[in-house]
Amino acid sequence: MSNAESITIGRAREHESAHLHVSGEARYTDDVTAPAGTLHGAFGLSRIAHGRIRSLDLAPVLAAPGVVAVVTAADIPGENNYGAVVHDDPIFTEALVEYAGQPLFGVVATSHDAARRAARRARVEYEELPALLSAREALAAGSFVLPSERITRGEPDARIAAAPHRLDGEYAVGGQDHFYLEGQIALAVPQEDGCWRILSSTQHPSEVQHVVAHALGVTAKDVTVEMRRMGGGFGGKESQPALIAAAAAVMARKTGRAVKLRLDRDDDMLLTGKRHDFWYRYEVGFGDDGRIHGARLLLASRCGYSVDLSGPVNDRAMFHVDNAYCLEHVDIVSHRCKTHTVSNTAFRGFGGPQGMVLIEQVMDEIARHLGRDPLEVRRANFYGIGERDETHYRMKVEDNILEPLVQRLATESDYHARRAAVAAFNAASPVLKKGLALTPVKFGISFTATHYNQAGALLHVYNDGSVQINHGGTEMGQGLHTKVVQVVAEELAIDPARIRITATATDKVPNTSATAASSGSDLNGMAARDAARKIRARLAAFAAGQAGVAADAVVFERDRIVAGEREWPFAALVKAAYLARVQLWDSGYYRTPKIHYDRATFSGRPFYYFAYGAAVAEVAIDTLTGETRLLRVDILHDVGSSLNPALDLGQVEGGFLQGVGWLTCEELWWNPRGELATHAPSTYKIPACSDWPAEWHVALLERAPNREETIYRSKAVGEPPFMLGIAAFQAIRDAVAACGAPGCRPPLDAPATPEAVLRAVDAVRAAGR
Amino acid sequence: MSEHDSIRFVLDGRVHTVTGIDPTTTVLQYLREHLGRTGTKEGCAEGDCGACTVVLAELRDGRVQYLPINACIRFVATLDGKELITVESLRGTDGRLHPVQQALVDHHGSQCGFCTPGFVMSLLGLYLDGPAQPDRRAIDDALSGNLCRCTGYRPIITAAQHLRDYGTDAVPFAPGQDESARIAQLQGLRPDGTRVLRGDGVTLYAPTDADAFARLYAEHPQATVLAGGTDVGLWINKQFRPIDTFLYLGDVAAFDAIEQDAQGLCIGPAVSLSRAFRALLDAYSALDELHRRFASTPIRNSGTLCGNVANGSPIGDSMPALIALGARVRLRHGDERRELPLDALYLDYMRQDRRPGEFVEAVIVPAPRAGQRFATYKVSKRIDQDISAVCGAYALELAADGRVHDVRIAYGGMAATPKRAAGAEAALRGRPFDEAALADAMRALAGDFTPLTDARASADYRREVAANLLSRFWLEATGVAAPVRLSELA
Repeated sequence: MSNAESITIGRAREHESAHLHVSGEARYTDDVTAPAGTLHGAFGLSRIAHGRIRSLDLAPVLAAPGVVAVVTAADIPGENNYGAVVHDDPIFTEALVEYAGQPLFGVVATSHDAARRAARRARVEYEELPALLSAREALAAGSFVLPSERITRGEPDARIAAAPHRLDGEYAVGGQDHFYLEGQIALAVPQEDGCWRILSSTQHPSEVQHVVAHALGVTAKDVTVEMRRMGGGFGGKESQPALIAAAAAVMARKTGRAVKLRLDRDDDMLLTGKRHDFWYRYEVGFGDDGRIHGARLLLASRCGYSVDLSGPVNDRAMFHVDNAYCLEHVDIVSHRCKTHTVSNTAFRGFGGPQGMVLIEQVMDEIARHLGRDPLEVRRANFYGIGERDETHYRMKVEDNILEPLVQRLATESDYHARRAAVAAFNAASPVLKKGLALTPVKFGISFTATHYNQAGALLHVYNDGSVQINHGGTEMGQGLHTKVVQVVAEELAIDPARIRITATATDKVPNTSATAASSGSDLNGMAARDAARKIRARLAAFAAGQAGVAADAVVFERDRIVAGEREWPFAALVKAAYLARVQLWDSGYYRTPKIHYDRATFSGRPFYYFAYGAAVAEVAIDTLTGETRLLRVDILHDVGSSLNPALDLGQVEGGFLQGVGWLTCEELWWNPRGELATHAPSTYKIPACSDWPAEWHVALLERAPNREETIYRSKAVGEPPFMLGIAAFQAIRDAVAACGAPGCRPPLDAPATPEAVLRAVDAVRAAGR
Repeated sequence: MSEHDSIRFVLDGRVHTVTGIDPTTTVLQYLREHLGRTGTKEGCAEGDCGACTVVLAELRDGRVQYLPINACIRFVATLDGKELITVESLRGTDGRLHPVQQALVDHHGSQCGFCTPGFVMSLLGLYLDGPAQPDRRAIDDALSGNLCRCTGYRPIITAAQHLRDYGTDAVPFAPGQDESARIAQLQGLRPDGTRVLRGDGVTLYAPTDADAFARLYAEHPQATVLAGGTDVGLWINKQFRPIDTFLYLGDVAAFDAIEQDAQGLCIGPAVSLSRAFRALLDAYSALDELHRRFASTPIRNSGTLCGNVANGSPIGDSMPALIALGARVRLRHGDERRELPLDALYLDYMRQDRRPGEFVEAVIVPAPRAGQRFATYKVSKRIDQDISAVCGAYALELAADGRVHDVRIAYGGMAATPKRAAGAEAALRGRPFDEAALADAMRALAGDFTPLTDARASADYRREVAANLLSRFWLEATGVAAPVRLSELA
């Protein structure tokens, strides 16, 4: 059923909403005209990290100008919880405060401003309790949100002991705020007969639907959640929007009016979860070539006060601690630490980056110890083909393209000549030092929760020949809707302009998975294809009957159907089919094949396939201040057969710089009382325009179709490029090492802020004296 | 003198009159909540993300200037006599997208699209007032106030290089377009008299006459003086400070003046940071990097140099350089005026030698002296649009014998106020400017300051960097071959 030539697949089509984005006409949740009389909500937040609430006096809040109502846990008719996995996330906490910024109550007022002002007027008395703030403190205290997990393969202790070289060390990597430009928001509108309409900026409308239903004491059939687009998500709108939507619904229920709850940026950053920060300890034994003989890796993450998605996040960190390297004898221990801080959550890569960043650090440590180029050591450890090709979770790496990909990038980026140029520069430059690093990415694609790997779509062909497609995925800027439109256009062989994609809505496609794990187009593209193929088959059968030919002789050309001697424009055939009572709408469904995985033993095939990539970063550091600059980046990234190279390039470039931000300028800083001090862009610095390097060469790997039968043999692209940013961190480490004696091991944790870099420079210089 | 409460500005070609509005209503609130123009977004409400960027057109020297500003912290009350351009204003008469919009579409410059209207407006500023072929630096400067979390900026940079690829027929705003009608319209809107806006427990006075302003402030010494509002905006919408009286000085034409005489530059209180830096850079090219890194283009277009000085924050970026250069402030109370060296203005944390009702009428920056070496360095987590962890400034004059004749060193981020490094200066004065003197001065710095630890940096880091910046000054002043600044590598 393939078309004569591709209609849209593989073309650099613009984002389906680009013209709306640039004109300001794209409507986000806050832009939708709200019902007359809509009220505005705000949260009242705790001021302490840990303690009991002795008294909560909301009379001053109620007395504030414009205030209509206050809501607390007592106003929740159903379950006071928004935790999807473990029910340990109260919407409004009742007695116990477990982080500074935790919602205690809600205010409903006639304006957003009035609600925010009033929320600060509460009089709260606490009985303060000691707070655990860091993963290390929690680890020492044995405080965990979930049991620790372990994967052991082979005989790591014996292999480490027998290895020619051994190293051990500690390492820490900070968290990250999502900083989606559009903050969290929901609009709850009461409907007739106890039903609810919720507009929510969410990656997971079905979860919002369920949490709202449980909070209100109704069932899923009574709640419809709608989501046209988000102003960025990055994982921050996977589990967190349920809190916002449920609170808005409780406020709306109490007042009987529509309530919009839009978080101010500071509140958003204080009360919503972030990327988990990690603390690591490692011990490796390795050979003269740098190949790891055995490794013991300990990962301790700060989960915050509740479970949220910390289980699968930490599992994915364990799964990705190998990155591109075969760890034949390894012991991995993962601690999920409970702290009195905000509950950390999904963030692009979902623990994968936190696993990979450790092994990349270990590779660099080995190389410095041996005095070898880190790239040589990395290559010595790559997965093999036909040998050394099984991961520590017993999955065979069948699609390994690491060596050719890295080889090509090293050549095209002139890696070896630039390595020499960097050394020459450093020899002549006492104040500024340059560094260079190439790091690879191998990232597993699929939700590790196997049941999430399913999707649905709903396709309507109207009898005027226009088409609506709806599916369970959400659009957060990644271009999912553009790709799904391309799929439908390709399958029906029609101009994409005929197709309108509509807002994700739980009353169109039910039981949807979060748009997460990079799976959006893999899952929903296939579901949409399934629906389109049903329609196409019916149209083909109808045309064949009209022309008196076999259905497989019907040819779909661009907006034209040819069957024997007969030929119809698409709209004419549709009209004729309608009059002949042919069903012109259908649903589509997809579930990922091949995957299976036993969580008890951490073994199986949790991933359908892997996505690959590599980056070379060149940086300079200022040894007087620790400031850094990214000078140049070269990237080669694998997206299989690209559905849309413009969108895929956008994910690669954007993911890369977001990864650089995580490891360099983005620092979350809590004061000793456990209050987050970096809760606005004035203090929390994501990369700005001038942080994109002066020179860049970013390319998609061509002629590299996915070995698996994914949608048009493409590969997922949302998360994998994020980890290309590790190259920048390792390049900074390389520059710091240039300040010390050969073989020095810079004590540089991430993020590599100016202060962290200067401290590491001072340390390697002091050690060299 | 007439008193009225109307604000008149041009919007989409027509004069728009606002009356009876709360004086602290921001431009963003007005656009979104009063006019239903939701293209302009709120990302942070503190002027740091740029999702709310709009462009103000102002008449200056007979031509129209297009200035991107942050709508989230700018009060509608300050729009009188200007033209407000929003993302909705840009469609051509035939409905087509404006060149800056089309360039973003064609180069895939939007992903989630939420920051995009702000980028469109900053690019409009670049398109109308920037170079025809902007280089990377011009693009970075134009976009320094806009954050994008999706794209990594690359496609936006590419779009910015292609703004002039498109025709300008039917485009409402294009470079070199005949602006006579726009100029005439703006000339007809020049503010006059004194506007008085009364809201719920708050009054804003916006006089147009300097003497009237001085008189009003003397009569209302508890009032908050409002200029660009880049800090005051946050006092209102973030800190909820109870302020009952505002005195807006931006409509006083006499305050928006830069005068040059033999003594140097005299910069009035309504002069924006953008204009002030343009004038200062003619005299002190060494201010270039500080200028680029001082907040962002939209903030510099709104904020004023005198406001930065009068606000007196310990991390205000203009003061170390101004103190090192020997700048003075002219203070005015009613009809009384006095001058102070700038460093004498600051007494303690947020406490100044300025009595109630007395305001900074000018910052006076002396002309460069022959043989003077001057440098200023800013250190922060991010290059652009960040607040200093440490900002150091150094002005040095050597005698004929190579000894230090005069030296002025000042730091921000190191104390409760911007402050001179008296000990370090003393360690250098009268000595050859050699490595031994440098070492003594670096040691003396430790006694000059007791900095704090906060989210931006630890006290130890600040101390170490303050000393290291002094050594960078020494390296640059004594002529080192290898580069010592990262900006030299770009």
